[in-house]
Amino acid sequence: MEIGLIVLATMLAALLGWLLRQSFNTQPWVAGAAAEADHQAPFNARPKLVALTTFLAVATSFFALILSAYSLRMELGDWVPMTEPSILWTNTVVLILASVVFQWTRNHAVNGNVARIKPGLLLTGALTTAFLAGQWLAWQELNASGQYITVNPSNAFFFLLTGVHGLHILGGMYVWGRATVRTFGGQEMDAVKHSVELCTIYWHFLLLVWLVLFGLMLST
Amino acid sequence: MPLAVVLILLVVGSLVFHVLSPWTFTELASNWGMIDFTIDITFWVTGAVFVAVNLFMAYCVIKFRHKKDARATYEPENKKLETWLTVLTSIGVAAMLTPGLFVWADFVNVPEEAHVVEAVGQQWHWTYRYPGEDGKFGEVDAERINADNPFGMDPDDPNGQDDVLVYHPEAHIPLDKPVKWLLRSKDVLHNFTVTEFRVKMDLVPGMQTFLWLTPTRTGRFEVLCEELCGIAHFAMRGAVIVDEQDDFDAWLDAQPTFAEINAIPAGNAAVGAAQYAVCSACHGQQGEGLAALNAPKIAGQSAWYLTRQLNGYKSGARGAQQDDTYGRQMAPMAATLVDAAAIANVVAHIQTLPDEPAPATIEGNVENGGRAYRVCAYCHAGDGSGIQAVNAPRLAGMSDWYLARQMQNFKDGVRGTHPSDFYGFQMGLMANTVHDEQAIKDIIAYINTL
Amino acid sequence: MGYVAIADRDHEVEHHDPQTFISKYVWSQDHKVIAIQYGCTAIFVGVIALVLSAMMRLQLGFPDTFSFINPENYYQIVTMHGMIMVIYLLTALFLGGFGNYLIPLMVGSRDMVFPYLNMLSYWVYLVSVIILLISFFVPGGSTGAGWTLYPPQAIAQGTPGVDWGILLMLASLGVFIVAFTMGGLNYVTTVLQARCRGMTLMRMPLSVWGIFIATILGLLAFPALLVSAIMMLFDKTLATSFFMPAISSMGVDPGHTGGSPILFQHLFWFFGHPEVYIVALPAFGIVSDLLSTHARKNIFGYRMMVWAIIAIGGLSFIVWAHHMYVSGMNPYFGFFFATTTLIIAVPTALKVYNWVLTLWEGNIHLRVPMLFAIGFVFTFIHGGLTGLFLGNVTIDLPLSDTYFVVAHFHMVMGVSPVLVVFGAIYHWWPKITGRMYNETLGKWHFWMTFLGTYSIYLPMHYLGFQGVPRRYFAMGNTDFMPASAQDLNAFITMAALFVAVTQVLFFLNVIISLRSGKKADPNPWDATTLEWQTPDTPPKHGNWGHDLPECHRWAYDYSVPGYKDDFIPQNVPASDEAPADRQHGVEEH
Repeated sequence: MEIGLIVLATMLAALLGWLLRQSFNTQPWVAGAAAEADHQAPFNARPKLVALTTFLAVATSFFALILSAYSLRMELGDWVPMTEPSILWTNTVVLILASVVFQWTRNHAVNGNVARIKPGLLLTGALTTAFLAGQWLAWQELNASGQYITVNPSNAFFFLLTGVHGLHILGGMYVWGRATVRTFGGQEMDAVKHSVELCTIYWHFLLLVWLVLFGLMLST
Repeated sequence: MPLAVVLILLVVGSLVFHVLSPWTFTELASNWGMIDFTIDITFWVTGAVFVAVNLFMAYCVIKFRHKKDARATYEPENKKLETWLTVLTSIGVAAMLTPGLFVWADFVNVPEEAHVVEAVGQQWHWTYRYPGEDGKFGEVDAERINADNPFGMDPDDPNGQDDVLVYHPEAHIPLDKPVKWLLRSKDVLHNFTVTEFRVKMDLVPGMQTFLWLTPTRTGRFEVLCEELCGIAHFAMRGAVIVDEQDDFDAWLDAQPTFAEINAIPAGNAAVGAAQYAVCSACHGQQGEGLAALNAPKIAGQSAWYLTRQLNGYKSGARGAQQDDTYGRQMAPMAATLVDAAAIANVVAHIQTLPDEPAPATIEGNVENGGRAYRVCAYCHAGDGSGIQAVNAPRLAGMSDWYLARQMQNFKDGVRGTHPSDFYGFQMGLMANTVHDEQAIKDIIAYINTL
Repeated sequence: MGYVAIADRDHEVEHHDPQTFISKYVWSQDHKVIAIQYGCTAIFVGVIALVLSAMMRLQLGFPDTFSFINPENYYQIVTMHGMIMVIYLLTALFLGGFGNYLIPLMVGSRDMVFPYLNMLSYWVYLVSVIILLISFFVPGGSTGAGWTLYPPQAIAQGTPGVDWGILLMLASLGVFIVAFTMGGLNYVTTVLQARCRGMTLMRMPLSVWGIFIATILGLLAFPALLVSAIMMLFDKTLATSFFMPAISSMGVDPGHTGGSPILFQHLFWFFGHPEVYIVALPAFGIVSDLLSTHARKNIFGYRMMVWAIIAIGGLSFIVWAHHMYVSGMNPYFGFFFATTTLIIAVPTALKVYNWVLTLWEGNIHLRVPMLFAIGFVFTFIHGGLTGLFLGNVTIDLPLSDTYFVVAHFHMVMGVSPVLVVFGAIYHWWPKITGRMYNETLGKWHFWMTFLGTYSIYLPMHYLGFQGVPRRYFAMGNTDFMPASAQDLNAFITMAALFVAVTQVLFFLNVIISLRSGKKADPNPWDATTLEWQTPDTPPKHGNWGHDLPECHRWAYDYSVPGYKDDFIPQNVPASDEAPADRQHGVEEH
C-alpha cells in the first residue's frame, strides 16, 4: 500500500495544509465587509479547471491504489514477470506525440490562432486513436502467444492496467469529440479554447500515468 | 426538563445495567488475564468520561434551558480550556493505549518453548494436525487436497509421515503448556475463536496465521468460527479439550499418523460379504432396506458416510440417546464389527450392491419442497448426491421414510446432540429451519424427484 | 478577477425557470429538486433496509419460529441491510441529499457549478439503486457475502448469490461510485468557486465544512472500492487470481493460484474506514449548526471544530487496518494502527466537548431538531467510547467479530447519524417545504427513536462481552452462553421492532405537514446562515431573486453583546446601519 499511501498523503497534505493556512491567523467571529474579506480570497481559477483538477486527484488515487495492489501482489510467490510486447514502445511514442500536438494546438488556441486548432485537434485525435489501436494489438499479440490474462498475475495486471488506462483515454476522447464538433461547427472560440486547454491537461496526465505504468511494468 | 431527567436516568441506568448484567466475560481459561486487565482500565477511563460529559450536558439542559428574556453568553472560543481538554484527553488515551501495546507485544512474540498444533478450517468443519514425534510438520498444498488426502499432505515428505491427523472437530491440548496454534484454511476465510481463551485469529487460504496461549484450566471449550464463511458459518463449531499431560499423551497416542492412515488396506468386499449376513436380516440382501423393520436402504450410500455412522454407533455418538428407539437397535449390531478393518470390509461389500432407487412413499408439494431444498443443496448438492468435502451424505434415491424420520430426530434433538457428533449438530441447526411436518414432506417429495 | 468569478458574472447567467412539470420535478437541474430526489430515493431504500433488519432481528430473537427466514436468505438480508444502510442510504442522503440542498444555499450560490452533471449524478445513482434491487430477483438471489464482500467467500461456492447476486452488487457499487464522483466534483467545485462575496472559507457554516471534507474523503477513498470491485469481477468472471489463492472449494479446485485475500481487505478498508467519516463528518457539521442555532449561542471553538474535521479527515486514511487486527495480516502492523486509531480519538473528543460547551450558558430551546441533536451527542459519546475498546488492538482480540462490534458501529454510525438526519430534516423542513411540522408528533418520534435504539444497542454490547459471535443465523446449544442470553436477544428484537414501527410517526408527520401544515415563517428559528435569508420560502430556482447575497460575518453571530436581537444573519453588514427591510441594529444605551 506504500505507493497509494504516499501519493494520497501528498495530495491530502497539500489540500489540508492549504485549508489550514486559511484558518490560522483568522478570527472568523470578527465581522467585516464582504469586500474586505475578498482580499483574503485564495483562489483564482475557473470552475472547470477546479473540477478537472479534482477529477485528476480522483484518477490519481485510483491508479495509485492499483499500483499499490500491484506491488503487494508482486511479492507473493507465484509472480512471473511478463515480457511486454515490443509494440508498446511504438504506442508510447505515439501517445507522447499526441500530447505534444495537443500542447501545440493549445498554444495556438490561447494565442487566438484559430486556423491551427482544427488540424491540431484532428491530428491529436488520430494519434490517440492509433495509440488505442496499438494497445489493442498488444492484447491480440499476447493472446496469440498464449499469454492469457489467467496465466500469471503479472499478465492479469497488464490487462487490467492497460484496460483502465484505455477507458480513461476513451473518456477523454468523448470530450475531445465534443470540442472538435464545436470547432467545426464554428462555435464561439472562447468555449473551444477552454475545452482545448482542459483536454491538454488531461492528455498530459494520462501520458504521465502511462509512462509510470509502462516504466513499472518494464522494471518488474 | 424531561430530556435532562432522561439523560441522567440513562447514565445511571447504563451503570446499573453494567454492574448487574449477568452477561459478561466468560471465565478465563488461558494466560491472557492481561487482556481482561486492559479492558478494565478502558472501562474505568471511558466510564468516567461517559458519566462526566453526559451529566454535564444534562446539567446544561436544566440550567440553561430557554427562559423568557434570558440571553446566551457570547464566547467564540477559549484557548486555555481547549488546550487543557486536549492534554487531558491525550493522557486518558495514552493510559488506555500503553498497556494495550505491551500486551500486544506479548501476543506477537510466541514463547520459544511453545508446542505447535495446526487447526485447519474448511467449509464448515474443523480438523487438526499435530507435528508428531519429530516436531516438524510435513509440507501441505491446497492443490493436493482430495477426498483421500483431506489435509493436502505431500506423501513423499519424510517430515509429514508421523504427523498426527485428526479429521474431527475436537482437539486436545495439555494443561499449562504454551501452545502455538498454526491456522490454515482450505477454502475461504474462517476465524479460530475460543471465547474462554480470549484470543482469536483469522484463517486465510494461501497463507498461515497463528496465535498462542497457555491453557490454565482443564475442560472442554467450544471453538467457534467467527469470520463469515458461507451459508453454514453459524454451524461451524468445534471443541478444544484441555487435558492433564498424561491424558493428553494417551489421547495423542491413539490418533493415527499420516503413515498409518496410508497403510490401512482397502476394505475387502469378499470378506465383508460374510459379515454382511448380519446386516442383511434387516437391511435386505441387496441393501435395499426394509421399511417394516425400520431399516433404511444402504446400497448406494457413500462409503465414507457409512463408515462414519458405523463408528458413531460404536462410540455412542449415535444411537445412545434415550428416545432414539431405532438407533438403539442399530448400536449393538454395529458393535459386532470388531475393528476398523471389519467396518472397511463390510462397507466395501455394500459398495458392490446394486443401487436401485428406493420406492417413493412420501407425498408432498414438490414446488414448495424444491424452494426449501435450495438451502439443503449447498451441502447435499443440487442433485442430492451429497458432497464428501462438506460431510453431507447422499439423499437422492435413498429411503424417503428414513430421511423424514431423521429430519424429525434432528429437530427433536434425538439425533445430533451428542457432544462429539458435530456433523449431527450442524444438521440439527439446519433441520430447525424446517418448521413443520408438511415442510419436511415437501422437501422429501422434492428429493424423490431427483 | 477574484475567486468569486461566478458571483461577479452572475448577471451574465440567465436562469430559465423550468416550465413543465417534467423539467421542474423530474429532469430538474435545480440543486434543491435533485436534493429532494436523492433524499427520497435514499429514504426509500433505507426503509427497505429497515424492513430487512426487522426480519433479521425476528430470526435472532425468536429462532426457528418464522418459516420465511432460512440461512440462505438470512445472510442475503444481513448483506443487503448493511450495504444499503452504509452506501445507498447514509452516503447518498448526507452528500447527495443534504450536500446538494445545503451547499449552494449556505455559501450563497444560485446552484451547483455544474447543474447538468448534478442531475446526471442523481440519475446514475438511481440506476445503481435499481441494479441493487434487481439483485433480489435474479436466480440465486442477492449476494450473502456480508457487506464487506470478502473473497474468496464472496465468489466461492457455499455463499448465497454467488452466480448473479455478487456480479450485480459489484456492478451497482461501480455505478454508485460514478454517480458519487459526479456529485462530488460538483460539491468541491461549488464550495471552492461559487461562494458569494465575503464568504471566506472560515465563515462557512460547519455543515458545509463537514460535507466538503467528507466529499474529499469520498473522492479519494471510493476509488479503492472501485479498484477492489473491478479486480474481484476479474477474479469471478475471467478466473484471474488477484485475490484468489489456490483453494479446494467443497472438494473442487476452482483453478486460482497465489492470490491474496488480505490484499482485498486492505483495499476494502482503505475505502471502508474513510467511509465511516464520509457519513460522520456531515453529521458532525450539521449537528454543530443545530446545537448552535437552538442554543442561541455561537458554536464553541469554531476554529477547533474546523481543524478537528480536517484532522479527522486526514487521519481517517491511516487507520484502516484496525478493522483487520485479527485478519492474519502482519501482526506488527497492530502497533501502528492501534496508535493512529487512538490518536483520532483526540480530535473527535474535542468535537464532543465543544458541542457540550456550546450548551453551557446558552439559551436552549428544546425544539424537535435540538432534541435530536442532543440525542446524537449522547449516542455518539457512547459509540465513540466503545470505539476505544475496539481500536485498542489488544482488546479487539476478544471483542472483534462479536456483537460488541455490531453494537458499537450501529451506535456510532447507525443511530447517531440517523438521529442527525431526522434532526436535520425537522430543522430544514420549513425551508424545504414552506410548512411547519407537528411539534408534538416530532417529539414523540424523537423519544421513541432515541430510547428505543438505546434499548437495542446498550444490551447488545454485553452479548459481545459474553462472546456471542456476529453473523450467526442461530446459536443452537452452547456451553459458553447462558440461556438468559437468548432472552436478552428476544428483548433486543422487541425493541428493534418497536423502533421500526415508530418510524411511522415520522412519515405521518411528513404527510400531515405537506397536506395541512402551518405555513412556515422564512426563518422560524431565527438562524443566521444564508439559507434562511432567501427571498422566497421555499427558495425558487436560482435561490436569491435578483441579487446574490453578500456575506459580512461568520455563521454564528448569536447573542452578540450590544445587539438587540439574539442573532445577526450572515448577510447583515458590519456597519451600524441595519438594512432597510430588517430590524437589526445596535441597542440604544
